[in-house]
Amino acid sequence: MNIHEYQAKEIFREYNVAVPNSKVAFSVDEAVEAAKELTTDVKVVKAQIHAGGRGKAGGVKIAKNLDEVKQYADEILGKTLVTHQTGPEGKEVKRLLIEEGCDIKNEYYLGVVLDRATSSVVMMGSEEGGTEIEEVAAETPEKIFKEVVDPVVGLSPYQARRLAFNMNIPKEYVGKAVKFMMSLYKVFVEKDCSIAEINPLVTTGDGEVIALDAKLNFDDNALFRQKDIQELRDLDEEDEKEIEASKYDLSYVALDGNIGCMVNGAGLAMSTMDIIKHYGGEPANFLDVGGGATTEKVTEAFKIILSDQNVKGIFVNIFGGIMKCDVIAEGVVEATKQVGLEMPLVVRLEGTNVDQGKKILDESGLNITSAESMADGANKIVSLVK
Amino acid sequence: MSVYVNKDTKVIVQGITGSTALFHTKQMLEYGTKIVGGTSPGKGGQEVEGVPVFNTVEEAVKETGANASVIYVPAPFAADAILEAVDAELDLVICITEHIPVLDMVKVKRAMEGSKTRLVGPNCPGVITPDESKIGIMPGYIHKKGHIGVVSRSGTLTYEAVHQLSTEGYGQSTAVGIGGDPVNGTDFIDVLKAFNEDPETEAVVMIGEIGGTAEEEAAEWVKANMTKPVVGFIGGATAPPGKRMGHAGAIISGGKGTADEKKRIMKESGIAVAETPADIGETMIKVLEEKGLAEKCKTVQ
Repeated sequence: MNIHEYQAKEIFREYNVAVPNSKVAFSVDEAVEAAKELTTDVKVVKAQIHAGGRGKAGGVKIAKNLDEVKQYADEILGKTLVTHQTGPEGKEVKRLLIEEGCDIKNEYYLGVVLDRATSSVVMMGSEEGGTEIEEVAAETPEKIFKEVVDPVVGLSPYQARRLAFNMNIPKEYVGKAVKFMMSLYKVFVEKDCSIAEINPLVTTGDGEVIALDAKLNFDDNALFRQKDIQELRDLDEEDEKEIEASKYDLSYVALDGNIGCMVNGAGLAMSTMDIIKHYGGEPANFLDVGGGATTEKVTEAFKIILSDQNVKGIFVNIFGGIMKCDVIAEGVVEATKQVGLEMPLVVRLEGTNVDQGKKILDESGLNITSAESMADGANKIVSLVK
Repeated sequence: MSVYVNKDTKVIVQGITGSTALFHTKQMLEYGTKIVGGTSPGKGGQEVEGVPVFNTVEEAVKETGANASVIYVPAPFAADAILEAVDAELDLVICITEHIPVLDMVKVKRAMEGSKTRLVGPNCPGVITPDESKIGIMPGYIHKKGHIGVVSRSGTLTYEAVHQLSTEGYGQSTAVGIGGDPVNGTDFIDVLKAFNEDPETEAVVMIGEIGGTAEEEAAEWVKANMTKPVVGFIGGATAPPGKRMGHAGAIISGGKGTADEKKRIMKESGIAVAETPADIGETMIKVLEEKGLAEKCKTVQ
């Protein structure tokens, strides 16, 4: 799960991770009020959307006075920002962060991520702040330094010091940088983050080390124990169908094609998309109904697929293991009863309780094209929607 | 011979009184798996499906002599269940549970350092040695005894591959699902090594998916060490970057973990890569024919 920069900075304040003073604003008036409470002459007006690259898209402006705050707030609020992370349709700005400007000496990159190779949390830093870390990794990998954290001990001060010196943070700032890193690590583990990224981390003229930007992502699997984080979810930033799917614990990702897919298991669901494409079709979605799905969940999954206006045909590809084929069949029948079905439906069933599943579909009287295998099914649905 | 499990493996089911666990305990018993006990805290002394229930893993092991466990405990408690099994010094722990918080697994991995226990999973279908022992949730009937080893990050794709092999008459030595999480126990290389040393296994199917670099590392290992032919497949070629495709581990981030890159390195390492999931069986048959192993591996008429 993602949250906004201003929300991440609020969490940072709780943990004494240094950030500039700032306030969130939902309207131009609120932006001006917020700016009045800040003490610096220069203020920064920042669009709050769940995507990077806001600066280049015109979503971050430096205001020298209140009139400029008003002008920029008016300009940015309601604007659709298109960045390299939003896709071509862009994202509408509904929230602003009004922040105190600061006297930047140097910019750095600092990130905390899970490193799959070591099965550990890794803190990484670079003196190449402000640019995309992927670019730094590609062009000057020797400028990225990593500290692998032992989960029992946590991040040790010596590791933070070593990282700070490696990042060429001037020695008079190192103490503050270490404090920053230790606190950031604490946020990461206590809040079950999957990514904590500060880009840029800056040193300032008045001797501070602060987070100018803040990006926090959270482990969806840990949200059950992070109730306060759950409340930060901004549904405006998510696809409607994905929101609906998440209510039923379905894993759904919207895509651009016209063949709706309902599959069990993430690997098979991905491969079903791949094989549809292989036969010349375009998948409309990734949908894994999961292992413990009930008839109700399957029904909802089917309805979500049908709610996509682009969908011209549906391919149900099930290889039951923990998932039982009869449950799938009942869900398909129930959903079509509720919402009707006026497009081709190809069903391939195999695995646990396959005979019961096929029987339910046969007796339903629905116009279903059955498939003998995954390739057969993909082939059939592609030719039916053409 | 086989890998990790055989007819003598004595299994306890952790969380045996849950509905999923009950269903699959029954299926495993029907398959012939030696399920000797189960655990469910507070329900010790009961019996389900003719299997005695204990309060703790320690007690279950002491009373039954089990050497393996399979975990169906809900995600919030699953990491603890793994640690309990490790503490009881089981040889093998198979964790079926999905959605375990990744930082829980980071701690589990650290706690398991130096222990004798092998963890398979979490978020996996389990391990099956056909006609001997089925530990997990896979549909038993699709598997046939034979000489092809199967290792996979995805449960349902494993079934898909196994089904294709069995239908064509090529049985399996053992099929191991290592799970789709970013932090797991047994990895591709562990299983490939085991298959390489297993006299019953003649060739291996390795099924990966987008995200991480486990397939690339496994391919390098294959190139340097593997004496048996390997067929590979990678799911997720059409997945958009930055989107988590169901499995917590299946995400392309920072340009890393794409299907194309994985396939390229696998091919360079001498692995025959199936272009679609429907071609896994055929690709294997072609490789076996080329190596003169087809006749030996054709175990089902």
